[in-house]
Amino acid sequence: MTLLLEQLLNGLQFGVMLFLMAAGLTLVFGIMGLINLAHGSLYMIGAYAAAWATLQTGSFVLGLLAGLSAAAVLGMALEAVILRRLYARDHLDQVLATFGVILFCNEAVAMIFGRQPLMAGPPPWLSGAVEIVPGVPYPVYRLAIIATGLLVAAGLYVLISRTRIGMLVRAGATHRELVGALGVRIGLLYTAVFGLGALLAGLAGALTGPLLAVQVGMGERILITTFVVIVIGGLGSIRGALAGAMLVGMVDTLTRGFLPATLRAVLPASEADALGAGLSSMAVFILMAIVLLWRPRGLFPAHA
Amino acid sequence: MRESPRQIFVLVASFALLAALPWIAGAVGRPDLVTLGSQACVMAIAAASLDLLMGRTGLPSFGHAAWLGLGAYTVGILAFHARDLGPPWDQWAVQAWAVWPLAVLVPAALAAVIGALCLRTSGISFIMITLAFAQMFFFLFVALKTYGGDDGLTLRRRSTIPGIAPRDDVAFFYVCLTALVLVLLLLRRVAASRFGTVLDGIRQNERRMMAIGLSPFPYKLAAFVLSAGIAGLAGALHVNLFRFASPDLLHWTMSGELMVMVVLGGLGSLWGAMFGAAAMVVLHAVLAQWTEHWQIVLGPILVAVVLLARRGLWGALGGK
Repeated sequence: MTLLLEQLLNGLQFGVMLFLMAAGLTLVFGIMGLINLAHGSLYMIGAYAAAWATLQTGSFVLGLLAGLSAAAVLGMALEAVILRRLYARDHLDQVLATFGVILFCNEAVAMIFGRQPLMAGPPPWLSGAVEIVPGVPYPVYRLAIIATGLLVAAGLYVLISRTRIGMLVRAGATHRELVGALGVRIGLLYTAVFGLGALLAGLAGALTGPLLAVQVGMGERILITTFVVIVIGGLGSIRGALAGAMLVGMVDTLTRGFLPATLRAVLPASEADALGAGLSSMAVFILMAIVLLWRPRGLFPAHA
Repeated sequence: MRESPRQIFVLVASFALLAALPWIAGAVGRPDLVTLGSQACVMAIAAASLDLLMGRTGLPSFGHAAWLGLGAYTVGILAFHARDLGPPWDQWAVQAWAVWPLAVLVPAALAAVIGALCLRTSGISFIMITLAFAQMFFFLFVALKTYGGDDGLTLRRRSTIPGIAPRDDVAFFYVCLTALVLVLLLLRRVAASRFGTVLDGIRQNERRMMAIGLSPFPYKLAAFVLSAGIAGLAGALHVNLFRFASPDLLHWTMSGELMVMVVLGGLGSLWGAMFGAAAMVVLHAVLAQWTEHWQIVLGPILVAVVLLARRGLWGALGGK
């Protein structure tokens, strides 16, 4: 029971991280029609900048700020130099060009920081555990991530549904040409949206850093899971991204938590662990297949 | 499809060069060039099979490495179990005539299931979902510790082909080259057939194909399965070439590189995929010799190719 509660919270925590990634990716897709594989690289850059700055200054807050600004600035530079030229191209060109960007970013990071993972744990004031219910301790840092993620989700909701910028974003997603014709500076809007997406990816990276090893290739792992989230949620839909992220976060964490133990009942321990790890890596993809059989356009199709 | 005189000349010259590669390698004292040539042929088969999907049918699959890897592991796993099997199976499990067709059939059968799922989506979702399914197979093979997991599976010796010594790299190069020629001829035949014309039509305007009374789904699925089967053959050759299969073969970067080969060669041009594959294999070898961080050069090259060279190598040969 305690284990279940703990795993549910872990699932929630992974879910909000996935949402931070998926929200940016799906916004950029919905508004600019761009599929950006390098979104995972921005996550990695956020994580590296944050871990490096934390290790240098000893301050978690400065690290977080470094991660956020590095991802946002590099993201907007990427948009201005390369991605802007791809909006009118077909998806294949976008995939290939951003694939090239990934190779470049991964190798550049490996050259600067080396292949050894960076380790910067959570700050002292966020380490340790609290008892969420009597007898169930849970790491404070993970709770902080969950709270931050939920706050950002709420903030994003307000931004998109209540503000003028949000109105432009929504209008841009459904009637791109018309918004341009009405005199909105589309180029600026695009850069802003891309910057926002990059900022969210950087936030996800900077927050996840202390939980995992910060290393080259971390971006693609989460990117592919984010794709699963977006396909499940429905392309271009923020609501879908939230639902998909929670679903994927839970399914992934719970299968990882319980499948190996369940298999151990029928198989020798080492076999069961390996097979359980493999099957739980596959679980989210099977989930995606089931959702697609039922709803080919995802749970919340944006342009139904 | 008609090749221009210049293209025919380049094609004949390239195959003549390939056929003479072992002598050239011997003359310049670089026997490793033969292996490089075999690798180029194998990747060319895989890229040509992907071009059938991407270029002809307009289905940009980002998971083609899965079929390559499944073909390789089919050969590897059968050889791994050969000793445990009783006669005559223990002999058959290492015979090329028995296991290579299986390396085609296993990916093709799985592609029939996964293709049916993926083809429920289109456009960007299709790219994402093919990527995700390929990554699923990647994780599966990483988890299969019996077959080496992360470290990969070593093939004790190459599949037996009557009349060819298993350690003869030159002979194996000619096997790869023959396979490449046969695959390209098959794909050219497919392109010229009624089936190929329907695939062209689907790429150009799917709705119009439906309006004239054709259901696109079975054709798209058939193309998906055929393409996976040919990639499986490339996988069987790959595992034999290096006597090694690893999950890296199924990694998403491999899928990405295959797409790059197709686009670099010229999308939908059939012969182009061969030049794209050869260019990538040579580029890899050259850059890797030059610096450990070769990807930092390859990345910008890709971006430049996408942004600037729209028709690829084969299109540039066509002139105009």
